[in-house]
Amino acid sequence: MARPRRASLLARLPIVHQLRQSVGLQRGMLVAGLVITGVFLLTAALAPLIAPYGFAQLRDENGLFGAQQPPSAGHLLGTTVGGYDVLSRVIWGTQTAFLVIVVAVILSIFIGVFLGLISGYIGGWIDRVLVVVADAVFAFPTLLLAIVAAIVISGGQSSLWGGVAAAAVSITVVFIPQYFRVIRAETVRVKSEAFVESARVIGARAPRIMFRHVLRNSTRTLPLIFTLNASEAILTLAALGFLGFGIQPTSAAEWGYDLNKAIADVTSGIWWTPVFPGLAIVLVVLGITLIGESLNDLADPRLRARRRLAATPADAVAESAPASRDAMGEVL
Amino acid sequence: MASIDPAVDIRGLKVTFDTDGGRVEAVREADLRVAPGEVLAVVGESGSGKTVTARSILGLLPETALVEGAVVLNGEDVVQLDRRRLRELRGTAAAMIFQEPSTALNPVYTVGWQLAEGLRAHGKYTKRQARAHAVEMLRRVGIPDPERRVDDYPHQFSGGQKQRVVIAMALALDASVLIADEPTTALDVTVQAEILDLLRRCRDEFGTAVVLITHNMGVVADLADRVAVMFNGEVVETAPVIDLFRAPQHDYTRRLLAAVPRVELAERAPHAPDESVGAVVEARGLEIEYPGRLGRKAFRAVSGVDLRIAPGEVVGLVGESGSGKTTIGRAIAGLTAVTGGSLRVLDTEMRGVREREFRPQRRRLGFVFQDPATSFNPLLTIAECVAEPLIVHGVADSGSDARDRVDELLEAVQLPGAFGDRYPHELSGGQRQRASLARALALDPELLIADEPTSALDVSVQARVLDLFDELQERFGFASLFITHDLAVVDRVAHRVVVLHHGEVVESGPTHQVLGAPSDPYTQRLLASLPVPDPVEQASRRAELAALRESTA
Repeated sequence: MARPRRASLLARLPIVHQLRQSVGLQRGMLVAGLVITGVFLLTAALAPLIAPYGFAQLRDENGLFGAQQPPSAGHLLGTTVGGYDVLSRVIWGTQTAFLVIVVAVILSIFIGVFLGLISGYIGGWIDRVLVVVADAVFAFPTLLLAIVAAIVISGGQSSLWGGVAAAAVSITVVFIPQYFRVIRAETVRVKSEAFVESARVIGARAPRIMFRHVLRNSTRTLPLIFTLNASEAILTLAALGFLGFGIQPTSAAEWGYDLNKAIADVTSGIWWTPVFPGLAIVLVVLGITLIGESLNDLADPRLRARRRLAATPADAVAESAPASRDAMGEVL
Repeated sequence: MASIDPAVDIRGLKVTFDTDGGRVEAVREADLRVAPGEVLAVVGESGSGKTVTARSILGLLPETALVEGAVVLNGEDVVQLDRRRLRELRGTAAAMIFQEPSTALNPVYTVGWQLAEGLRAHGKYTKRQARAHAVEMLRRVGIPDPERRVDDYPHQFSGGQKQRVVIAMALALDASVLIADEPTTALDVTVQAEILDLLRRCRDEFGTAVVLITHNMGVVADLADRVAVMFNGEVVETAPVIDLFRAPQHDYTRRLLAAVPRVELAERAPHAPDESVGAVVEARGLEIEYPGRLGRKAFRAVSGVDLRIAPGEVVGLVGESGSGKTTIGRAIAGLTAVTGGSLRVLDTEMRGVREREFRPQRRRLGFVFQDPATSFNPLLTIAECVAEPLIVHGVADSGSDARDRVDELLEAVQLPGAFGDRYPHELSGGQRQRASLARALALDPELLIADEPTSALDVSVQARVLDLFDELQERFGFASLFITHDLAVVDRVAHRVVVLHHGEVVESGPTHQVLGAPSDPYTQRLLASLPVPDPVEQASRRAELAALRESTA
């Protein structure tokens, strides 16, 4: 069957490609996720321009903001118990969240992928030891680890980088096994493919086979774990802040810390201090998870929805997935 | 013909799929009629729409398919039916036999349970009745000792027996139509002959109509009453089997028949082995064992094989699945460890060899894999893949450096140079296999191992690839080990044939001698089981085979 020539570069970019591929509900999920995440990234990048005040600003030319002020023209979302502007802190908080994601993912992805590749390709006792260690780490609670890391790194009183590092380190430790497991499983699968054997017959050395032939064929699920882990990174940072091990309000804006300080406000009817940071956490996590989930569905031809042909008797003839896959294999 | 109602009547069938690459018309226009007690063979190459047509009879098409036209089964139009009625029809009116029997059975249930499952889905059976019926069905499809075997799990049956069980399941509810989708493709020729016998009995004894989908013209000649030839989603010719083979009408049918390989015993110049030069491959008492699982004995795949390949000689290694032919090929390429005896490849002893010691010899060795779909890294272009051996052995520094040589190689295998910039998935199976040959020949090797290089290809493509192989062998003069299960293919390419059975060599010698006057009973049975693409001749051969079976049994 003659396939169309390769699509333009733009259409082949990861997200753009999936966006064009998707239809219906799946497209809705993906678009919603992309929009939310896009707003998040934009806010983080433009925080200094958008935010009306600094994250640690307590006063302007008119004097102190005052604590727990309800939303007003001067403070669109009111002020916190510590006298900070809620809107500004929510906006500045995106930067902190973004930093945690980047640091955590960069730290874990390279180590995890590398170990997974080695373990899967070489096998033997290296593989067994690494798998046992990975499984042990899996059983470790992220948050506990994060608290320990926070204490070790900064004695519990965190600066911006101390807090980010604590969250990132603990997430890294827990995420490495995830990347490790996924890449290892894919490597084991790809290793037995004929093209890897053909590389061995040619006489290619192990590193060349691993990096040229196996690695690139094993990474298709990475974007998915990346998005899922990114949302978990944010949640860990927020939880750290909520427990009081987060970042000091004078070093950076952090949603978990604001939530923690807002606990007492809830009972006294002050809703604006907890709602907005909480909403920010939920939205960012939701946006990234939506992208991850729809990428997952789109990557699998069995889950991928296709444009239906006009409503027809075909609907009645519709049948189960395995049968359909076989039939598709025949015609494609 | 008009007097009897047809079992299946397909009129103006049109099936369109919506895929990532746009709409695909799998079936454009198909009219087929199958009478009760008739075997209709639907032949065509992959992508011709034969499977989709057959599946539409059971309504087994995916949601993305748009079906137009009418498929009348037992007086009901399947296309118009709702899910429930369709489910009722499956099994009782028409049943399906799949290509790969091992995947059609559920490994965690006994075959008796699976047979009973089909019965219970369509009527009231007590446990005991269902079991009795299951035993009866197993007996009818020729499973020995059915009372005991009914409680066995699928993995305890051989491939041929599994296919018998699948057929038993299809027959259990007295389906009037049996749809067999490549029922013997995954089986060895000797087993294939038995399954074809069984299907013939289904037709004769139960009056079942059989829709047989196959690409093997030998199978068609053996079993079919009428043949429908499909090409590009259209039925181009329908004729009784004898007429079709004698006087094919459509141009495509003629081409298809011409491409079918036959054992013709063409007199080819026997390769004069030059005894003074050392052999490229020399095996003495070669043994290869796969380590068993904990507590089990190691599995001996190859035992006591002697094999010699002289420079420039093509040796065909023939055997059924499990005969150890692929294992020998892999051992010669250093992919599987030798556990006993001696195997010298290109002056290197392979027993206990280290990869580091053998690596320098690898440039003298090429390998063509069975499945062209997986033997290329999907993320590299064809040119990059073909350049890989050149880069690995330091002949070229980079892909662009090697490009001239790559273009030369692609030209040698009759691929336009522009194909070098394409990705493997953009090539057809035959083109990919030619590129695979180009890669294997990149370093001008002395030995080429070809492991079933044509078994995944359509017949017409297979013929082209074999021609190319012949031509390249003459031009480059490499020695070759050609592994295949197809005797007709061996007849075309090999100077000498080695027949393997259960890991041992049962017969070897010049091709025309082994295939023309086989001395070993196994070789004789192998040859007799091979269906020839000629219905008249095949009928007489069938009688011979039956006689042979009786004499050896």
